[in-house]
Amino acid sequence: MLSLLIKRLGIGLVTVFAVSLIIFFGTKILPGDAAQIRLGQAATAENVAALRERLGLDQPLLVQYWNWLKNFLSGDLGVSLSGDVPITELIKDRYRNTLFVSSLTALIGVPISLALGILGAMFPRSIYDRVLTFVSVSLVAAPEFFTATLLVLFFVFWLGIGNAVVVGSVEGKGFFELIAHFGLPITTLCFVIASQLIRMSRAAVLNVMNSPYIEMAILKGVPRNRIIYRHALLNALGPIVNVVALNLAYLVTGVIVVEVYFGYPGLATLIVQGVQTRDFVLIQGLGMLFCLTYVVLMLIADIAAYMSNPRLRHPK
Amino acid sequence: MTTPNNTGEIVFEAVDLKINAVRDDKSELPIVKGVSFKVRRGEVVALIGESGSGKTTISLSALGYCKPGLKFAGGEARLLGQDLTPLSVNELRPIRGEKVAYLAQSAAATFNPSILINEQVTEAPVLHGSKTRAEADKKALALYHALELPDPETIGERYPHQVSGGQLQRLMAAMALCGDPDLLVLDEPTTALDVTTQIEVLKAFKQVIQEEGAAAIYVTHDLAVVAQVADHIVVLYNGEVKEAGPTETIINHPQHPYTRRLMDAIKPLPEAGQGETTSDDHLRDAPAIEVRNVDAGYGRISNGKPAIQVLRDINISIERGKTVGVIGESGCGKSTLARVIAGLLPPSGGSMLLDGEMLAPGIDERSKDELRRVQFVYQMADTALNPRHRIREILGRPVEFYEQATGSAIQTRVDELLELVELPLQFADRYPHELSGGQKQRVNLARALAARPEVVLCDEVTSALDTIVGANVLELLKRLRRETGVSFVFISHDLSTVASFADEIVVLYAGRVAEQGPTDRVLSPPYHPYTRLLISSVPETRTGWLEDTANSREAQSSVQAGVQLTAKGCPFHNRCPRVIAGVCAEQDPPRRVAGGHVIECHLELADLGGQS
Repeated sequence: MLSLLIKRLGIGLVTVFAVSLIIFFGTKILPGDAAQIRLGQAATAENVAALRERLGLDQPLLVQYWNWLKNFLSGDLGVSLSGDVPITELIKDRYRNTLFVSSLTALIGVPISLALGILGAMFPRSIYDRVLTFVSVSLVAAPEFFTATLLVLFFVFWLGIGNAVVVGSVEGKGFFELIAHFGLPITTLCFVIASQLIRMSRAAVLNVMNSPYIEMAILKGVPRNRIIYRHALLNALGPIVNVVALNLAYLVTGVIVVEVYFGYPGLATLIVQGVQTRDFVLIQGLGMLFCLTYVVLMLIADIAAYMSNPRLRHPK
Repeated sequence: MTTPNNTGEIVFEAVDLKINAVRDDKSELPIVKGVSFKVRRGEVVALIGESGSGKTTISLSALGYCKPGLKFAGGEARLLGQDLTPLSVNELRPIRGEKVAYLAQSAAATFNPSILINEQVTEAPVLHGSKTRAEADKKALALYHALELPDPETIGERYPHQVSGGQLQRLMAAMALCGDPDLLVLDEPTTALDVTTQIEVLKAFKQVIQEEGAAAIYVTHDLAVVAQVADHIVVLYNGEVKEAGPTETIINHPQHPYTRRLMDAIKPLPEAGQGETTSDDHLRDAPAIEVRNVDAGYGRISNGKPAIQVLRDINISIERGKTVGVIGESGCGKSTLARVIAGLLPPSGGSMLLDGEMLAPGIDERSKDELRRVQFVYQMADTALNPRHRIREILGRPVEFYEQATGSAIQTRVDELLELVELPLQFADRYPHELSGGQKQRVNLARALAARPEVVLCDEVTSALDTIVGANVLELLKRLRRETGVSFVFISHDLSTVASFADEIVVLYAGRVAEQGPTDRVLSPPYHPYTRLLISSVPETRTGWLEDTANSREAQSSVQAGVQLTAKGCPFHNRCPRVIAGVCAEQDPPRRVAGGHVIECHLELADLGGQS
């Protein structure tokens, strides 16, 4: 068990290292020079050369990589090329927004979706199950902006509740103000992640429900509820936690459309901005942050899957 | 066995029971067509028949249960006077696990892998409130003792994967008995077990059923097992009762033609002189395949030894047109040997010769021609045949690959192959799921033959088939051997099958050859103690055999310990009834050779004859 965990941790570290190589050298291959971008086209050659030296850009690539990695590990993500602001400063506020939206989405969306999916597996091919399948497939097919538009139409224009646009950030807002501002983006995201979670949890539980030990439980006279939560769920946990982890990672890193639609500043739009302004340093910092998010979440998912499997927990 | 009685209380009674399968288009197909029988208290009634006879479906009606896709269509299934067929799931729940309990064929699949054994054993009575947790635990412990499980005090604190298959099967019996049911339904509970394990499980079942005073429905296709445990036999065919009566009568004086056919299909006990004398027409100078000093195992190889060594020092030579049978309990390395010869698992030591020429160890180092000459037939035709390919494609692919044939040439060859395995030509356009188990196994065999092989490795090819169907496949193999000169490596845990088919037998124990030689010599004295155990464990179709055998010395010793792979000494020493203290566990057994017959044992050949 312990060796398995250590191995899994090692794989995570190797992944982070490999991604750091790709991010660093990938951004280096792109045309353009950081010093030139920062000083603008009008800068003199001497100024550019001086800045290059100050930023360490005249040193060999490997040394640059080493310094960058070292700084990253100590929490220094460098200075933005477009605004002379430390990247950490740029990220801080948006990180708070993203974290607020994604954690609230996860807290509401994940349990509800899982419960709906498991209910579907409990009553396969029932009316409820058919409706659930229809709705969740429709949600997968509907683009995020479409779902968002419908929600805005319904809540803001018809019912007159909530805001269609988020004004500012999380900072300095009271509870009800927060709900009014972030209610709709969170609801939209809940719908987005719900479809996948519902379908996966339904499939995972249904798969287990077809196994002989479930039939045995039925023949022992075990009630349906207990069959689900005691006999089936534990064995279906592996695939479910993986999908949950992937969806959580998406909430942190990939919420571009929803962020733009509701106009709240989050991490996903920040990286788009970085690409537009060719802010290499920002892209590198955010890229690593996203990578870490994925690796840590998948690590937690895998550990949860190990823990739920007695064959791994207690080898012969 | 209790004496059959006609006076005891009727525990279960099927009255003109009908069960239908519901098709996708809502039309119904009768599966069970009006079956009636009675089970009285203290009585074991066996339902016997081939797969598709409806025996499992009928037995489950005693729990008021129909598999998904089936429904009760008429008649009654009365448990203690109450008809179960109209009851809802909620009404059935207090009955299941309390008044009637079920034991399935595979305990490994029936135990939830994520829950401790004890919780599963005691679940039903605790849930139904008929016992408190403490009472249920006490009952479970008593059952573990009664079923002769090792470490009864702590075995419940393990997960199912931490105990052996035979133990799990007995634990399932404990699970069924924990609620003190009036009726037990046992569905082929020993079919998946080795003969040696089957004896101990049968013995434990029988004893516990008697002690608990329960009634039982025993579902099986194995008449020899039925003779040991049942008081009454109900013979089923195609959802109808063909014959029913006391065990003695059915076994000794079968009336119905189908019962007689079942009796005829019973394999004779493994004895010398059964093997077919194969012709020497196909012999050449060199053996078809030769395995020399082969070691093999799984995991990383260091110092020429794999992390888990499975086979040690295997020597086999198969002449053209002959068959070598490989026999042993599950886990002895039979299948690994086939994988080694096929090149799927390169050996860690030793060499192999094909027709006198060195054969590369791994499959990717072998030439196309070498690959063609050694073919593999898997046990489960269900999983070995691609369900989305028609038979034409399944057979056409190897023809195309090995012979570079195209279009009509493939067509002709596929027809030829179907003819060879005695299947109608129009089967070419069918999918595997449209074929029966025996037909699928024939396709599986034809696929190997498509390559025009010299050596065919058959891994338990008849084990999953019904007796009659399996016997037909075996006849086919014999004909192919005669006509084509193909050599077979025939792997099986069933000594009777091997005895009737192989020219030579290799008895494997814990990855080592215990005994090998011509079939007749292996099956007659002198025996290796392990071979003797195997032979004496094959159930005989007579009542009372179980008691006779279970009390013998061999069976007693076999229960004591599990199989262990040992680096030194004789691996069988911890189960051997004739173990020599201080010698067998310490020193490798010498090879005692007499006329092509090898026994690896510390005892002299002269001591290994006769009765122990």
